[in-house]
Amino acid sequence: MSTRTPARKYITANEAVACAARLARVEVIAAYPITPQTTIVEKLASFIARGEMDADFIKVESEHSALTACMGARMAGVRAFTSTSSQGLEYMHEMLAYVSGGRYPLVLVNVCRSVALPWSIWGDQQDAIQQRDTGWIQIFTETGQEAMDMVLQAYRIAEDHRILLPVMICLDGFIQSHTEELVEIPDQESVDSFLPPYDPVVTLDVDNPHTISMGGFGKHYAAWRREQQAAAEKAGEVIVEVGDEFARVFGRHYGGLIEPYRCEGAEAVILLMGALTGTAREVVDEMRADGQAVGLIKVRAFRPFPVQSLRQALSPVKAAAVLDRDCSWGYGGALATDLKAALYSLPNPPAMLNFIGGLGGADVSPEQMKYMLDKALAAKKGAPSSMEFIDL
Amino acid sequence: MKLKEISREELFRSSYGCAGCAAVLAVRLTLKVLGRNCVCVVPANCISTVSCYYPQTPFFVPMTVMAFAATGAALSGISAGFRRRGREDISVVGFSGDGGTADIGIQSLSGAIDGGYKFIYICYDNEAYMNTGIQRSGLTPYGATTTTTPAPCFETEPKKDMLRIVAAHDIPYAATACTSYPLDFMQKVARANRVNGPTYIHVLAPCPTGWGFAPDRAIELGRMAVESGFWRLVELENGKLRTTHKPSRRRPVAEYFAAQTRFRQLSPEQIEEIQRNIDRRQAAG
Repeated sequence: MSTRTPARKYITANEAVACAARLARVEVIAAYPITPQTTIVEKLASFIARGEMDADFIKVESEHSALTACMGARMAGVRAFTSTSSQGLEYMHEMLAYVSGGRYPLVLVNVCRSVALPWSIWGDQQDAIQQRDTGWIQIFTETGQEAMDMVLQAYRIAEDHRILLPVMICLDGFIQSHTEELVEIPDQESVDSFLPPYDPVVTLDVDNPHTISMGGFGKHYAAWRREQQAAAEKAGEVIVEVGDEFARVFGRHYGGLIEPYRCEGAEAVILLMGALTGTAREVVDEMRADGQAVGLIKVRAFRPFPVQSLRQALSPVKAAAVLDRDCSWGYGGALATDLKAALYSLPNPPAMLNFIGGLGGADVSPEQMKYMLDKALAAKKGAPSSMEFIDL
Repeated sequence: MKLKEISREELFRSSYGCAGCAAVLAVRLTLKVLGRNCVCVVPANCISTVSCYYPQTPFFVPMTVMAFAATGAALSGISAGFRRRGREDISVVGFSGDGGTADIGIQSLSGAIDGGYKFIYICYDNEAYMNTGIQRSGLTPYGATTTTTPAPCFETEPKKDMLRIVAAHDIPYAATACTSYPLDFMQKVARANRVNGPTYIHVLAPCPTGWGFAPDRAIELGRMAVESGFWRLVELENGKLRTTHKPSRRRPVAEYFAAQTRFRQLSPEQIEEIQRNIDRRQAAG
């Protein structure tokens, strides 16, 4: 652990993320304004304007171009950063797949927000979930501190030569992005010791010319994709490894791919991603105090999906209440449906109760979470799965 | 620039372009000017989709295939990256077709010029989406048939004027060119390469497959386009427009149209109207 004293400041998660990009010695930033992401890039622009950060801020006309420009900077061999939300992430969709397929280790912060139509600037996680299959590592965070720490870890994970995949750090719009909390900002030296300079595998190098990001047919195409899948699976181990090392340097540990909370002997468990975990923790504490056998699993990595950890954590449980701030229309919440697939071959899987809630910025109250857990406690193991909208 | 000064080194060769492809020629000539100290960005177009499949490539300088709409932004990002690494000496050049420039890529191009980074954006213009099978683009001229403006109809809208569009950005350097005038084109590439900012060259590249003429006539068709006044060779430097080549003889546009199949639907009256428009433009300078 570092012996230096880190600064402690009341800041929003957006400012924390901007500080992380500066500490990561990002050299190129390209971003386009969208609520609730905007204050991240405003902060970065102001760092650069005041000479507190040495980086190029590329002015772009869209999110599509923002991500493309960051990929271009990576091709030239420098560390790049972008952030966006909602429609902006949707607009990046084509390039998200380009970046991951090209194995460019970019880091993107998505401040989660609902997706039109109906049009809404408020938070849910539909935007990130809709990019699930673009090949990015997706990590959801609960607090400003975790968002900052995960941006620093994200560069380590992405740039690891065993991985070389882009990482999307997700934080919840307004709940995190616009709420101040006490955040510990590490000193530059400690960050430098944790995060070495970018060591690219392939660049546009005039002394060693290559055609990169090219076409592929048949078996070449399939072989490339198989390697991509292998790297995405391997990322699970590397996320845990980097998290452990981060804890050694900075003293904060988030539990790897999932963080189980009070799951010992739990009959019913609530699962969710992101900032609402804080509420769920309190509900679990209260219900435990009442003698009810309930627990919580915060799912941190959504891609790669933590299949083994979840199977292990959930096999003794009677029922799982899964809160999704998203929906795969015509099926159900994305976390719940992926979880069902992960538990498929368990001999006696828990009952699955999917709750779709917190859409379009709706609050999910402690009472609602208690309702979910009560329902799960009443469910029988092996009962058919259910789905309901709780915002109505 | 003189003929004997042109590099004999071929940095773009063995592409799978159609016989007589002038787009291939545009890339080859550009790389003779820029040499090995350059990197290329090629979005979806005839150059990338026909030739750049693993494990083969016609490029002997670093090159990346790019998303269709993304050439301008990629040039900005790469240029920024090289700036950070103190390698502003490296030329960053994009080769985008007419659709990739004037249609799907126009926003990214506009943003990139506005962003101010150093790059050379080359639009090779064969006046339709050729690699997908000759569909009309915003640069298909009035009167041409394509597979989406098929006979007995034809393209009814005029060609977008990309030079005026980029000029409206106060771009430091822009030019038009034609592959049939290699020295004029290469000189413009050399000038663009000396500018510390965004530059744009729009090179007309006759397409035997899409326009309907024999592959050995690609150079002749380009000359006819210029000699008829259908295409002009100009450059724009610091806001000043200059004609770089004035043909010594004027051909009627009807001759240019007759040398290819795509204008066959035009009536003599329509061709006369086009000729009157060209004459008016020429009289205006």
